[in-house]
Amino acid sequence: MDDKLLIASRVAQELRPGTLVNLGIGLPTLVAGLVPRDAHIFFQSENGIIGMQSVPEHGLEDDDLTDAGGRPISALPGAATFDSAMSFGLIRGGHLDVTVLGGLQVDRNGRLANWMVPGKMVPGMGGAMDLVTGARRVIVAMTHTAKGEHKIVDALTLPLTSSRCVDLIVTELAVLLPTSAGMVLKELAPGVTVEQVQAATGTRLIVPEDVPTMGTVQS
Amino acid sequence: MSKTIKAADAVARIPDGAVLMIGGFMGVGTPHRLVDELVRQGKRDLTVIANDTARPGVGIGKLISAGLVKRAIVSHIGTNPETQAQMIAGKLEVDLVPQGTLAERVRAGGYGLGGVLTPTGVGTVVADGKRTLEIEGRLFLLELPLRADFALVNARQADHIGNLAYALTARNFNPLIAMAADVVLAEPQEIVPVGVIPPDAVMTPSVVVTHIIAKESAHG
Repeated sequence: MDDKLLIASRVAQELRPGTLVNLGIGLPTLVAGLVPRDAHIFFQSENGIIGMQSVPEHGLEDDDLTDAGGRPISALPGAATFDSAMSFGLIRGGHLDVTVLGGLQVDRNGRLANWMVPGKMVPGMGGAMDLVTGARRVIVAMTHTAKGEHKIVDALTLPLTSSRCVDLIVTELAVLLPTSAGMVLKELAPGVTVEQVQAATGTRLIVPEDVPTMGTVQS
Repeated sequence: MSKTIKAADAVARIPDGAVLMIGGFMGVGTPHRLVDELVRQGKRDLTVIANDTARPGVGIGKLISAGLVKRAIVSHIGTNPETQAQMIAGKLEVDLVPQGTLAERVRAGGYGLGGVLTPTGVGTVVADGKRTLEIEGRLFLLELPLRADFALVNARQADHIGNLAYALTARNFNPLIAMAADVVLAEPQEIVPVGVIPPDAVMTPSVVVTHIIAKESAHG
């Protein structure tokens, strides 16, 4: 299975029926296509909609109905649209159950950096700071390393997104649970060993006696 | 008295150096005719308050490409490499503001509030130079209101006196900025007689709208 699809399908198992979920741009967006149709999960896009669904049939796009990346979407029955203050009121006010975001770095306790690399890349935080601060549950979906560089580290070298720690990290190698004691290895991707994950991780992992294989866990 | 005005005449009233709030999210819900007219008339040294700078050639991205913006107060520039290049070259000052904070700062400006308290940004570089207050055991940043000289608003419909209704995700910052500027220029996709927009569906009341941008006439 493709790495990104593997990550997205594991994240999809975390989403509970009837919840409100925000997916970040890029890899997290894949999650929407992997939840069962009957799960009644509402996806929010921070530009102002609850109840977005995938791109409409060609020729049915509406210029005024797009996701946060400006791409055409369609709306489920029961969808609602609103302005940016309400969109972030939903996020900051504790009404959003889960946000799934990409990451540049996460430290051993779950502090996230995902909005700039000083001197190199300054996209801006967009909605990320509000999402990490306000969502009830924050899941980071990212590749385990970037061009061989560790992304899961002892201490961040990139600017922090929020002082709030994230709740779960899903990569193509493992599922990780950040705690105040350090990063706990929760699950291994199929065919991956503890040693491989440790070698790809810039902080000492806490490894329980039994580490199940990712994707076989009952959700 | 009619509020209707041609796009060119509306933009002619905007001086160089003006502070503009512009609606839109990645160009969706941006008043494109007003933006095109700003480029055509070459208004310079603008301060733009908006969600993002879209992409080169799209929406606010056109103002960036034309070198008309001296300062941008926005949440995201990642989709516009020209914004980043001008920023790195020191030609454009960019204040990055978390999106929810930006919305609330504009709302505060329009609603007569002295600021807002938000947990977003506490403990990050966003908190630098700002007051942090502890309220019931939790830390909040004091974020100050934003106002502008002109708000450039996109709406789905305006009626003849300037009541506005918005379309789907094109609403975004538009109703917020319509409250927060001295002069509000509304560019509707459609102008309808009074009464066509039911009172319940009016999202911006006409009293805050200074001018409605006239449709280009098909009859010459």
